[in-house]
Amino acid sequence: MITDRLGKYAVLLFVVMFFAYLFGPLIIMSITAFNSADFPRVSPWDCFSVEWFDVLVNDDKLMDGLRNSLIIGIGVVALSVPIGLAGALMLMQISPRVRPWYYTIVVSPILIPGVVLGISTLIFWDRLGAMFNANYESIFYDGIFLTIVGQTTFISAYSMLVFISRLQRFDPALEEAALDLGASHVQTFRKILLPFLKPAIGSAAVLAFLASFENYNTTVFTITSESTLTTVLASKVRYGINPSISALAVTIVVLTLFAAAIMEIKKRRTDAFEKAISKAVIEGTDALSKLGRKSNRLIDPAFAMIIVIFLAGLGTAYYSGTVGVDECKTSVKEAKKLETQRRVDERRKKQMFEGAQPGTQQAAPNTTAPSTGKAKGTEGYQGIFAPTNLESQVKGDSGAANDAATDDAPAKGTEGYQGIFAPTNLESQVKGEESSN
Amino acid sequence: MSADVRLENVWIKFGSFVAAREIELTIKGGEFFSFLGPSGCGKTTILRAVSGFLKPSEGNILIGGKDMAGIGPNRRPTALIFQNLALFPLMTVWENITFALEVKGVNATERRKKADELLELIALPGQGEKMVGELSGGQRQRVAIARALAAEPEVLLLDEPLSALDLKLRQHMRTELRSIQRRVGITFIYITHDQGEALTMSDNVAVMRDGVIEQVGDGTTIYDAPGSPFVASFVGENNLFRGTVESVDNGMATVTTTVGTLLAKTPVTASNPLKVGDTAYVFQRPESLRFAKPDNQINRIKATIVNEEFEGNFWQVYFEVPGSTKPVKMSMVNDGSSSERRRGEVVELVCEPELSVALAEGPLAAE
Repeated sequence: MITDRLGKYAVLLFVVMFFAYLFGPLIIMSITAFNSADFPRVSPWDCFSVEWFDVLVNDDKLMDGLRNSLIIGIGVVALSVPIGLAGALMLMQISPRVRPWYYTIVVSPILIPGVVLGISTLIFWDRLGAMFNANYESIFYDGIFLTIVGQTTFISAYSMLVFISRLQRFDPALEEAALDLGASHVQTFRKILLPFLKPAIGSAAVLAFLASFENYNTTVFTITSESTLTTVLASKVRYGINPSISALAVTIVVLTLFAAAIMEIKKRRTDAFEKAISKAVIEGTDALSKLGRKSNRLIDPAFAMIIVIFLAGLGTAYYSGTVGVDECKTSVKEAKKLETQRRVDERRKKQMFEGAQPGTQQAAPNTTAPSTGKAKGTEGYQGIFAPTNLESQVKGDSGAANDAATDDAPAKGTEGYQGIFAPTNLESQVKGEESSN
Repeated sequence: MSADVRLENVWIKFGSFVAAREIELTIKGGEFFSFLGPSGCGKTTILRAVSGFLKPSEGNILIGGKDMAGIGPNRRPTALIFQNLALFPLMTVWENITFALEVKGVNATERRKKADELLELIALPGQGEKMVGELSGGQRQRVAIARALAAEPEVLLLDEPLSALDLKLRQHMRTELRSIQRRVGITFIYITHDQGEALTMSDNVAVMRDGVIEQVGDGTTIYDAPGSPFVASFVGENNLFRGTVESVDNGMATVTTTVGTLLAKTPVTASNPLKVGDTAYVFQRPESLRFAKPDNQINRIKATIVNEEFEGNFWQVYFEVPGSTKPVKMSMVNDGSSSERRRGEVVELVCEPELSVALAEGPLAAE
């Protein structure tokens, strides 16, 4: 009995942990999008705000990248769907003896690391361009073109797999029947095979687009001087992140959920329709005609509800995220100023105290660290991740905060890494060089 | 319009496997012709060769006197009804039926008219708007026939189209098919492993075994005068006794079998003539056996009743006969005389020589 219940709890715990693992990051990231703080964080919470969506829309680099990603995505779909379809049809036609070999070859691009594909695409087209004496403005060096062909090399294999799984359920007798009834091969393809493959074409296109949209490791090589959403994001993460990235993530998550909800409703509808068909066949009733009328309705109540909820959510978020945010921000700023002031005072006091005992200077940072509260995190990482640190960089004019940071960092930096990572360090080096010149 | 179909020395090989050998056959225009045989005997292969999906390795196929070599299935005057029907699942009934017209470029109103005509013919009026999935098995069957007829073929090929139906519907569709064939008057070539279907519908039947045609003839000939032990054992039921030919005289053979000396006719259709001293089989149909009467002098067989099965209109009575490894079966019309028989009773059976068939030993149909 006890072990039974224990087992149940263990399973429950596992499920909770599993979902936390899956969705935790997404949820945290989504929340950070609405925090007015400059760094994506949940705690401490500053103000509920939608300003980061505004920042996102006005981020030209990001928007350029997004545009390029969309163009590349469409290009990849346009190329890889027909290529994948042709590959799948070929697989069905060739003799069973060569089929495994063929399959291995056409699937291999999926197994090859994207980095290798990216580099090889770049080199191949560069060599080709050199052969034709093409200049750097030409297509051989065009980042968008190269990315489309580079991604297509493996994405077309994905769409081929989609087509293969659909084709395996195709009854070849249908093709023969069409031929037998006088259709040409082209007509058979157009009127029998293509309608059958329609759902697969849809899913292959969606899959290809998504694979292209989120691709980084091939793109980073083939994109050359252009940029896509992923490369912009990557560079942002490297050179300074703000919650507009979270805002982007929220947008994508919401759109995905929205699309998924619509798909699910559609699927349930067709399922119900098919059920009604089989029921009508068995009972010979008129259930079908009723259902047929219902599904012909212009706007479905379920669709309408989803759209209303979606719009209401948007409206609420926008309202509460714009009204009164400025007041809130000012008060938060005030509170922060006071807090920093308090800390600076504390530190000064301590330094004065340490100055009286020179022997303990080396150990000083360790003893001060715990007492500085928020600045605790700076201990191991030389202060680059300290929330206040970034702020101080952004708001360079805020006197007190600036003082605190500059006070803080070099003092710490000297401890393990001789201050090479200290934010102000580089500046001072540059300045030093300048002055020596 | 109907066309005759000629197969001239047709061989069909798949690698080293010979699916059809030396097929020499003429099917007359307007005839209902069946290929009957167990699965794997090559009958579907021949059908696919006629419809153009398979190229014969050797020999010619002529339809309406025209050699079909190099002519694809979409340009032959044939239409095939597939075993699984192969109706187009994404089209409505009328779109299915008029597919052949659609690919010819006939406009929609005309197609609609033709569809309504054909739906009338197959007794499914007003069902054109339904999807194929909404139809019952028998209705699908008829739609498949209508779809094939819409192509206005000269020869309609049917590949076991009734095998998926239940017994009642199958019997109904036999009559239906036959009447449709009479109405449209084109050549039907029908493939089946069901002898009942072949015998009831066909003008002529070809019985096939291992890629070879064993016998061609109308239903009664096939049944009453089988040309080989295979035909005798495959078509209908038969009690079989093995023995040695004592004498052959005027179409009658005397065979000394393990159950006694039997006199039996030797059919003119027999592929191998009987000679004295040959090993031969004597076949006696269950319905030809009777209890012996005092005036029956020959073909008497001593037997013990072991079992009885009641089938409503018939009684199947099983006997143990000394010298026969298998029980001997007799079919009796249910005339209310069953109370006269008792299990374990020793009786004497008789089969008229005219109803017994003697054939030279040869391969038999699998049980």
